[in-house]
Amino acid sequence: MAMDASQIERLIRDGIPDAKVKIEDLRGDGDHYAAHVVSAAFAGKSRVQQHQMVYKALQGKMGNELHALALQTSVPDGA
Amino acid sequence: MSNPVFERIKGDISGNDVVLYMKGTPVFPQCGFSAAVVQVLSNLGVKFKGINVLEDPSLREGIKQFSSWPTIPQLYIKGEFVGGCDIVREMYESGELQDTLKSKGVAAAAQ
Repeated sequence: MAMDASQIERLIRDGIPDAKVKIEDLRGDGDHYAAHVVSAAFAGKSRVQQHQMVYKALQGKMGNELHALALQTSVPDGA
Repeated sequence: MSNPVFERIKGDISGNDVVLYMKGTPVFPQCGFSAAVVQVLSNLGVKFKGINVLEDPSLREGIKQFSSWPTIPQLYIKGEFVGGCDIVREMYESGELQDTLKSKGVAAAAQ
């Protein structure tokens, strides 16, 4: 049921086209990841809304195939 | 919204200042992410109601739909969804969580 990092990255980019995505496999087990997502689309949104955008891009995989994804979102400098 | 689970959630989050939907109980969390949020709230000395979603599959699914949030734990302060483990930790470290509690008039006892 694990997902690989490139698949996560692609889904996020498909959903949020300008996103810069950095994925870290925390335990090397393909099951616990940390993602840092930077996008101008986050501007003016609350943290909860930013994370909801990422979860939406992941199309329901979060909490299912994707067991653990520590998420950090931010707006690029100057946006 | 006549979903009985939603009605129950609304009752819980309006009847308690701070509610944590979690896996396990505050004394025996059964998931590291839930434990981390319990730890933050305990550090702040905030009184909260822990609701164990493992005891009720309909609540476990219902709270995810209610909040549009795919994971547990979920923290509510004064009826408002604050976030899951990552956000709560980030807000605690930046002091934002403490400010939110204060501005909403929730007492944080010990520091």
